[in-house]
Amino acid sequence: MRKNILILGAGSDMARALCAELAGGGYDLFLAGRNVDELSKDAKDLEIRFEIQAEVFYFDALDFDSHAGFYEHLNPQPYGVVVAFGLLGDENRARRDPQEWQRIINTNFTGCVSILSLAANRMEKAGEGFIVGISSVAGDRGRASNYVYGSAKAGMSAFLSGLRNRLFSSGVRVITVKPGFVRTKMTRDLDLPSRLSATPEEAAGNIYKAILRNRDIVYTRWMWRWIMAFIKHIPERIFKRMSI
Amino acid sequence: MLVANWNNYPRINARLWEFRTENEACKLLDSLSRCIPRGLGRSYGDCSLEKNIISTPCFKRFIALDQKQGILECEAGISLDQILKLIIPRGLFLPVTPGTRYVTLGGAIASDVHGKNHHLHGTFGRHVLSLLLLTPGGEIVDCSREKNAELFHAVCGGMGLLGLILSARIRLMPIQSAHIRQITIPAENLEHLMELFEVHRQSTYSVAWIDFLGRGRNFGRGLFMLGEHCLSGEVTCKELSRQKKSGINIPFFMPGWIMNKQGVRAFNHLYHLRGKSGTGCSFPDLDDFFYPLDKVHNWNRFYGRKGFLQYQFVLPKEQSRPGLEKIQAHVQASRLLPYLAVLKLLGPQAGPLSFPFQGYTLALDFPIKPGLSAMLSALDRLVHNLGGRIYLAKDARMSKHDFLKGYPESGRFLELKYKHDPENKMASLQSERLGLCAKTY
Repeated sequence: MRKNILILGAGSDMARALCAELAGGGYDLFLAGRNVDELSKDAKDLEIRFEIQAEVFYFDALDFDSHAGFYEHLNPQPYGVVVAFGLLGDENRARRDPQEWQRIINTNFTGCVSILSLAANRMEKAGEGFIVGISSVAGDRGRASNYVYGSAKAGMSAFLSGLRNRLFSSGVRVITVKPGFVRTKMTRDLDLPSRLSATPEEAAGNIYKAILRNRDIVYTRWMWRWIMAFIKHIPERIFKRMSI
Repeated sequence: MLVANWNNYPRINARLWEFRTENEACKLLDSLSRCIPRGLGRSYGDCSLEKNIISTPCFKRFIALDQKQGILECEAGISLDQILKLIIPRGLFLPVTPGTRYVTLGGAIASDVHGKNHHLHGTFGRHVLSLLLLTPGGEIVDCSREKNAELFHAVCGGMGLLGLILSARIRLMPIQSAHIRQITIPAENLEHLMELFEVHRQSTYSVAWIDFLGRGRNFGRGLFMLGEHCLSGEVTCKELSRQKKSGINIPFFMPGWIMNKQGVRAFNHLYHLRGKSGTGCSFPDLDDFFYPLDKVHNWNRFYGRKGFLQYQFVLPKEQSRPGLEKIQAHVQASRLLPYLAVLKLLGPQAGPLSFPFQGYTLALDFPIKPGLSAMLSALDRLVHNLGGRIYLAKDARMSKHDFLKGYPESGRFLELKYKHDPENKMASLQSERLGLCAKTY
């Protein structure tokens, strides 16, 4: 029987590209997100191109209470789960508007904890499978320009790291993805440096490779691992004076 | 950012707007007061250039495939490359294909492209069953031969000036093999070449390469190529399954002097020799037969940073031979030499702005050099006085006067333009130059 992968936030550009990689690898897909109409079109496209099955589900990362019911409903239970939802939000607004920072933290962090806790329990019992969480390099160190988003992603990265530790013995793999710049809807209005920016397709290719090769933490593009290693090691005394 | 089409001329400052869904497309079109759709930028010239460009290649999903009936429906930003990758292994092929896989479905319709089988199977538009058009007014209109037929025919070849093509249903053709049975016949001169076109009218694919540098009786020396789809079992190598070829890349712009007279002469001579020795029957795969240049990525860089112009015109059949001779004499006298010259016999005409009509079409590539513009203006006069016309998808410089002469049905197109786009929202540098605007009508 073919294995199913659940993609949460399947409408994002990176998720769409990853779906194509996974479908190309012969997995059936559960596409979950809020825009069911568009996801149905994506599903049809994937079915035609890769001759796989793709089913669509309504999923709202912020509606925590619905998560248990949603996950139970999946049949068969997914072999892999990908958390691709996320919200960059408006950092300036988040300084004044509590609703904005709550939305950023709840989407990127709480929503991820909520759904992955459910998935982790099921997968631990099954004793196989993988979890992919798309976090961000912004979580590696808080910066003035996006520290609410960054701290939520830092929480997500720490959560995934703990989950990886917990599930290792049961044979479930957890992969943390830390994209640098990716040209997507989310970053459409930003002026990105081209050498450091990946296309969604390139990022998806890296993620798929990481799944195949049992990697733990993937940076995409690869140089971000070294850039962030450097940034993490700048002493706080100096870092606080910098604007990067 | 700087944007140019495949020939790198003109290069303009423009903003590219992308969209991924129908909703985004509607919002985008609504928010812009003047714009033009653009696919993969494989046209030559300024037909898809404007300050605001609606870039379609992110809108690229398959909508439906009926394998038995051979009917495919896709979003318009999908490339023919993606379509071919899907359909060839399933024993299907595009009934009409241009010389590159890297054009979008929407672009193929808007330019109403043709291929080596135009004399039998017409333009791309003939195989479009229906399409969804987002009009400048924000309405989504279903167009086909049965519904909104007039609009449908005008959109095929309409250069994106009537709205944004969102999706299309096209008819595919069954094939039994991924190979072509190709026959190459060397021709001594133009008369011989035209005779070959006539004799082989019933062959599915035909095209000729001609040496444009030959003089006098030698003019028109060339290679005439015929093709038919192979039948199952005819070629033993991998049927339908296609091996991946990476091809070569031109990594940077070549210096301009590469394209001097000696270079062109040597190239043409070698090509002719190679062709002569390769005369007879061969079995190239679909890529080698239809898309030989796709193997050289960025081949446009051969022409240097300044870019080049592809001059493609069609002449009525009766005028073709004397016309081509006149044009050749003119080009030779100018000492500006085209690298490649491709000749093809076309069939009857389709929509009002669709390029092909019955007669011979010639495509010539010229690197941009001083004096080229004047020489081509003189060619324009020759072509239009002979009752011919120039391909809009390859035009960057034609005058309004010549355009009106070459496309007598443009009035019919402008009526539709006025009806569906009175504000003149869809406009390109080309449409403004040629007066294809609702306001001038």
